[in-house]
Amino acid sequence: MEHGSVTDSTASTFSIVEEDHTLANSVRFVLNQDPRVAFCGYSIPHPADNKVNIRVQTTGDPAKDVLKDSLQDLMVMCQHVRGTFDTAVTQFRQNNPTGMNIDQNKKK
Amino acid sequence: SKSSKDTDDDHEPKQQEKKLPEHLEVQRTRVVCKADAPVNTEGFQYASAFSAMGIDNSVSAEKFCKNFKVEISRLTEDDMEFDMIGIDASIANAFRRILIAELPTMAIEKVLMVDNTSVIADEVLLHRLGLIPLDADPRHFEYMSENDVPNERNTIVYKLHVSCKKGSPWLTVKSGDLEWLPEGSRLPLASPAQSRDKQKTYTSFSRSQNDILEKPLGVKFKDITIARLGPGQAIELEVHAVKGMGKVHAKWSPVATAWYRMFPEVVFRKEIKGDNAEKLVKKCPVNVFDIEDLGNGEKRAVVARPRACTLCRECVMGPSREQVELRRVRDHFIFTIESTGGLPPEALFTEAVRILEEKCERVISELS
Repeated sequence: MEHGSVTDSTASTFSIVEEDHTLANSVRFVLNQDPRVAFCGYSIPHPADNKVNIRVQTTGDPAKDVLKDSLQDLMVMCQHVRGTFDTAVTQFRQNNPTGMNIDQNKKK
Repeated sequence: SKSSKDTDDDHEPKQQEKKLPEHLEVQRTRVVCKADAPVNTEGFQYASAFSAMGIDNSVSAEKFCKNFKVEISRLTEDDMEFDMIGIDASIANAFRRILIAELPTMAIEKVLMVDNTSVIADEVLLHRLGLIPLDADPRHFEYMSENDVPNERNTIVYKLHVSCKKGSPWLTVKSGDLEWLPEGSRLPLASPAQSRDKQKTYTSFSRSQNDILEKPLGVKFKDITIARLGPGQAIELEVHAVKGMGKVHAKWSPVATAWYRMFPEVVFRKEIKGDNAEKLVKKCPVNVFDIEDLGNGEKRAVVARPRACTLCRECVMGPSREQVELRRVRDHFIFTIESTGGLPPEALFTEAVRILEEKCERVISELS
């Protein structure tokens, strides 16, 4: 849910339910790396509430678009992490046949 | 958009030529551990922090993809260690949090107690049963919600029936005594009206789990002590395992633990020679330093194994305090995952990254 002003779309607070520091802190990092962002931060209003508020203030672009771009960027980063990790695992297995043996034992 | 990209590429090398002065670069990329407390813990997160100097501090997705590296140093059946280089703590921490709390696994949730004459109380026994790691791939199962009937897709049934004969010595009940029931529960539901039907049980499996799964299910470790039975005592029960997440109860956490530490870096401000070098080498409990022979009797301390550093800070206290600086590299994490057995550690990490992607996707679609 988005809380912001009707006339000014450059500053908004996004209230996301069923999320916590895991997503909010990562998004906060990515938002901070965006030159369009003037301010961003997040808070968990109450530890018993299962939600986070993410505040985004921009230098002119709509806050919603900037947040969406950041989430998209985070997804691209994750995909890259996954790809790099999988290649590293395959490579490690090729270079360390003992690791392969352990895996083969598991299959028996 | 293509033309704008080209111009971006033209500008990039120019920006990289400009470098931050060394003291700022250290502040940006290192946490310095002083004897009493670390300094520069915050770093510079703001993208335009150095724009006045013409230096770009942003980490765009492209830049990230160019610099990110993974180096695996250990990978076994149930534990792994790898280095993640070029990633921020917030994202590394997201992976860690997901590994611990948001990856689904199977764990014992319900126990149907028929008989327990052992000295261990029912509720204590149940708690112990719940924490037993099961050798079941959670990806083959579905969540069971409140109104769902236990079936072959959401429940795994095990039974435990052990007794200690009178006159025999004490018997130790181990997790290996749990026997998997692929056909579902064998305990009849107490409803006398259904005598003509097949006797109803606590689960309604439409087919055997043997037909669905590639390999038989069991427990990961067969030697976990559950209880001890004296002569004449017995335990008879049936357990139902369901899919769940670590944030509900730690028994569903797929990792014994998952943690990371920042890469330690030890730097000499001045050369340490002779007796002082010997003293420094002796002082370090994990042997980070070595002695290098310079010839003609001269000796010098060198940093040989920075990775072993536990940050005890012994070297930044006492006489060597002026010469040694302890740092940690801000974007280099030594990540360790210990799996409890449901999935191998490398699969756990891949799943964790995928879950973060799904979270992003969910919020994007909610915003649209």
